[in-house]
Amino acid sequence: MTLTAEAPAVPEEPLHRRLGVTDEELAAIRDRLGGRDPNDLELAMFSVMWSEHCSYKSSRPLLRTLPMGSAADGVVAGPGENAGVIDIGDGLAVAFKIESHNHPSAVEPTQGAATGVGGILRDIFTMGARPIAVLDALRFGDPADARTRHLVEGVVKGVGGYGNCVGVPTVGGELVFDPSYAGNPLVNVMAIGLLDLDDLTLAAAPGAGNLVVLFGSTTGRDGIGGASVLASATFGDQDASKRPSVQVGDPFAEKLLIEASLELIRGGLVVGLQDLGAGGITCATSETADRAGTGMRVELAAIPRREPRMEPFEVLISESQERMLAIVEPARWPAVRAVCERWGLPVAAIGTVTDDGDVTVVDEAGVELARIPASALTSDAIVHQRVASPPVRRRAAPAPGAPSTASEGLPERGMDPGAVLTALLGSANLASRHPVFEQYDSTVQANTVEGPGHGAAVIRIKGSTKALVATTDANQAVGKLDPWLGAALSVAEATRNVSITGARPLGVTNCLNYGDPTRPEAFWQLSEGVRGLADACRALGLPVTGGNVSLYNESPTGAIAPTPEIGVVGLLDDVALRVGPGWRATGDRILLVGESTPGLAGSAYADLAGIAAEDGPPSLDLERERRVQAFVREAVERGLLASAQDVSGGGLAVALAECSLWADRDRGLGAHIRLAVASSPAVDLFGESPSRIVISAEPRHVPAVVLLARQHGLPIEDLGEVMDPPGDGTAARLVVELHGSGATGAAEDRGSRVADALIVGLDELRHAWEGGLSRALGWEAR
Amino acid sequence: MTVRIGVVLFPGSNRDIDAVNALEVAGAEPVILWHDEVALDGVAGILLPGGFAYGDYLRAGVIARFSPVMRAVSAFAADGGLVLGICNGFQVLTEAHLLPGALLRNRGLRFVSREVRIAAERSDTPFSHLLGERRPLRMPVAHGEGAFFADDATLDQLEANGQVLFRYVRADGSPAGGEEDRVNPNGSLRAIAGVINAAGNVAGLMPHPETAVEAVLGSDDGLGIIASFVASAAEHERADGPVLVGTR
Repeated sequence: MTLTAEAPAVPEEPLHRRLGVTDEELAAIRDRLGGRDPNDLELAMFSVMWSEHCSYKSSRPLLRTLPMGSAADGVVAGPGENAGVIDIGDGLAVAFKIESHNHPSAVEPTQGAATGVGGILRDIFTMGARPIAVLDALRFGDPADARTRHLVEGVVKGVGGYGNCVGVPTVGGELVFDPSYAGNPLVNVMAIGLLDLDDLTLAAAPGAGNLVVLFGSTTGRDGIGGASVLASATFGDQDASKRPSVQVGDPFAEKLLIEASLELIRGGLVVGLQDLGAGGITCATSETADRAGTGMRVELAAIPRREPRMEPFEVLISESQERMLAIVEPARWPAVRAVCERWGLPVAAIGTVTDDGDVTVVDEAGVELARIPASALTSDAIVHQRVASPPVRRRAAPAPGAPSTASEGLPERGMDPGAVLTALLGSANLASRHPVFEQYDSTVQANTVEGPGHGAAVIRIKGSTKALVATTDANQAVGKLDPWLGAALSVAEATRNVSITGARPLGVTNCLNYGDPTRPEAFWQLSEGVRGLADACRALGLPVTGGNVSLYNESPTGAIAPTPEIGVVGLLDDVALRVGPGWRATGDRILLVGESTPGLAGSAYADLAGIAAEDGPPSLDLERERRVQAFVREAVERGLLASAQDVSGGGLAVALAECSLWADRDRGLGAHIRLAVASSPAVDLFGESPSRIVISAEPRHVPAVVLLARQHGLPIEDLGEVMDPPGDGTAARLVVELHGSGATGAAEDRGSRVADALIVGLDELRHAWEGGLSRALGWEAR
Repeated sequence: MTVRIGVVLFPGSNRDIDAVNALEVAGAEPVILWHDEVALDGVAGILLPGGFAYGDYLRAGVIARFSPVMRAVSAFAADGGLVLGICNGFQVLTEAHLLPGALLRNRGLRFVSREVRIAAERSDTPFSHLLGERRPLRMPVAHGEGAFFADDATLDQLEANGQVLFRYVRADGSPAGGEEDRVNPNGSLRAIAGVINAAGNVAGLMPHPETAVEAVLGSDDGLGIIASFVASAAEHERADGPVLVGTR
C-alpha cells in the first residue's frame, strides 16, 4: 500500500473551545474584563478556574440549599473553606472533609488514588489541624473483570502507599462493586484532623504588602489541566492520552510539608495558608485574594521550577503536588524561610498582596502578562442553570420518597435461608474487607481504638476521655431507583453507624458523584440527591460543613449510579462507655429496635437472587430515624447495652451473623433467635428497611431498655439470646427460628418449600465471610 | 528523676508520635534527636522509631544509616548504650550493621497491617526483663519490608547465641510455622520478629510494642518491652556505665 495523501486541513477550533470554554462562557469572561478579550494566558487561567471541578458552576445553586449549621452547632468553619471545622470543647476542634479523585484514578489508578489522599490531607493541615485519620470510599465495576482487578490493585496500592508513608492511619471506608462503575471507578477520600482552636488558620490573603510565599515541591509540567481536562469531562475511549494530566504524588514530601506547615502555624508565622490543588497557583492566589477582598501580584520568574523552558501558562496552572501558599508579613519572612529550609523544602517569595482586587502576573521585566479580578476567577465565576428532568420509564416509578407498597409477591424460590445467608456473607460487597485494609497502616499515631472492619472507626483524643467516631456511606443501589431516597438513606445509615457506638454525630461532609450535568436526567439525579441530603440533615439536626462535587462520571459504558458519598464525624465524651457491634456475653438478651417494612428493591438479597426491582425500595421515615439514633445514644450513655449493630446490607440476618462473628475479639458467640415473620421470610431476614438496630443487653437491663425504647416511641422486640458453642465440640451456631403468619405455614400454603429455621455454624459463616473478597478478586493464591 | 530517652527523628519518621507516647506512659522523658545533628543531649537510651526515613524510596533504612545522627548512635552503642529500633528503626539498625540480618519485602509483596502475637525468647535482656511470663504479646505490625532474612549459618549462630529475641507465635503461644503460615505476617525466616546484638545492648523488632501500651488501644502488651528498655536505661545511667544482662 502506498502512502496516503495528507489529511485535508481541518479548520482549527478556536483556543477557548480547545480549553473547554464555551462561546457563552467566553462572552461572560469578556464581561468580567471590562469588555476586552482575554489573552491566551488569561484564557488558560479562566479555563481551569471555570472548570466544573473548581467553579461548581452547575451545582452551586443546589449546594446553597444545604443546611450549613452555625456557631450554635459548633461550626467554626463551613463550606467554602478548605475543610469544615467543628468545636469539640476543651479548646479543641475537628477538621474534616471528603473529596473525589475519580477521573485521575481511572486513568492511572496508583498515582490517581495516591494524589487523592495527598490532596485531602493538605485541605486538613491547611486549616492548622494535624491529620489523624483517613477513610477511603472506593467503588468499582464487576470484580471478576480484568480491568476492575487492575484498578482495585492500583488504587489500593496508591491509597496505602501514600497514607502509610505519610503516617496517617487509614481507619475505615468502603469497597463496593456495582456494574455502573465499570468504566468510571470512584475514589473518594475523607480525612480528619485535630487542632487547637487557637491554631485555626484560614485560606485568605489579608494585608496589602504581605508576601506571597510558595513552599514545598517545585513546579513542573505534571497535572497540566487536571481540573479541566480530567475532572470536568466525560471519558472517551482514549484515556491513555490523558495520562500526562494525572499528577504524581510524593508522600515523603507531603510528610515534610505537614510538619513544616504546622510548625509555621504554631509559631504564628503566617497570616493565611492555602494548599495547591486543582488549578495550581492560579487557584491558590485568586481564592486567597478573593476571600480577603485583596489582590495579588505574582512574579512569574520567582516560582521555583523542576523543568526548564516552561511556558507561563504551564507554571500558573500546573497541578504539581505537595505545594503550599503562605501569606507572610515581611518581618516574618526570614523565620518562615528558616523553618522550610530546616525541613528541606524549597521556599520562595513569589509576590505580594495588593489592594487592587486583581490577580496580576508579571515577568522579570515587570511587564504584565495577565490581570484578572480575583473574584472573576472564583466567587463571581459563571453559574449555569441546568435543566433537570426525571427519566422516562416504561412503568411509572413511585414518586420520590413515597412509601412503597407491600411486596408479598416476592418469590422465595425454595430458598434455604442458611444457604442464602452464607452466600450473602461471602458476596463481594458484604464479605470481610481485610485483604484490602490490611494493606493500610491503621494504627500509626497510637490513637486507633477501633480500626477498619467492624463498623465505624473510633479514634481517641489523647489526654482526654473523648474519642472521635467516623464513617462513610453511600447507597447507590437505591439511588439508581430513587435518587432522593438513595441520598437520604446514605445520611441515615452513616449517622446511625456513628450513633450506635454512643457517639453524637457532629456534622456531615459529602462527595456528590454524578453524571454529565448537561444531561437533564443526570442533573435531575444530582438535584434530587442534594434534596435528599438536605432533608435528611435537617431532620437529624446536622450541619453540612463542606464537601466536593464530582460530575461527568460517565464512560462509553454509561453513567454511574448516583452516588452521594456521606462522611460523618461524631464525638464520644467517654470512650470507656462505647459499645461495639459484637455480642459481649453468653446469656445476654438480643433485641431488635425498629421494625421491618416491605421493599426488597436495591437490596443485596435482590441482587443475589437476581430479582428485578419489581417492587419499590423500602421507605424511610426520617423522624423515626432520628428517634432510633437518640434512643441508642441514650441507652449507651446509661450503660444499658452490651452491643449495638445497625441493620443494613444483607438485612437482619447479616447483622445477626456479624454480631456473632465479631463477638469476643472475633472468636465468635452463637445466638438463638425466634423471629416473627409478618409477610415473607425474605423481607424479614434479608430486607434492608432502615432505622433498625440489633442490640444486646444483660437480662437485668432489658426492662429499662424496653421502657426507654417506648419512651422514644419505638417498637422493640425481644429476639432471643447469646449462646455458647453446643459443648459437643462443634462450633457455635446462629439459629433463627421463623414463626408467625408469614413463615412456614403461609409459605407451604403457597406451595413453596421454605425451611422453618435458619441454622448455620459460625465456622461456615466465617469461612464465607473471610474469604469472599479474595475469591471475588482472584486473590486466593496470596 | 525521670530518665531521658532519645527518639531519633528522621525526615519521614512517623511512629515518633507513638514512641513519644509510649515512653511517657512508661514514665520516661522523650527527647527528640534531629537527624542532622550529632549531639545526643545526654540521653540514657535511644529509640529509633518507625516510619519511612527519607522516604525509603530505594530500600528501607538505606539512606538513614548515613545520616549524622547515626554516627552518634553507632558510637553510643559501641560504648554500651542501649538502642532499640522498631520497624523502620530496626531496618536502619540492620542497614547500619548494628544488628545482624536483613529485612526483605514481605512475602506476597504487600504492605501488611494487622495485629500479631509475639513471644520473647529470653526474659533476661534489657529489653524484655520485665515481661515475666506474659505471653503471647498482642501488638500491631505495619510494614512492607519486614521479612527477616539471614543465611542458614547466621541463623544457626543467632539461635546458638540467644540473639533471637522475639518470634511470631499463635494464640496459644506456640511458635509460628515457616514462611507460609499466616501467623508469621511477612514470611520471616524461623518466624523471627526481633533480634538482639551479641553484646546485648542493641535490639530491634518489626512489630509495634510502642503502639500497644494502653488498654483503650486494644492491647497494652507492648508496655512490658518499653518499660524494660526504660528501666534498663535508668539503671545504666545510675551505674554510670553499661549494666547488661550478658548474652549466653
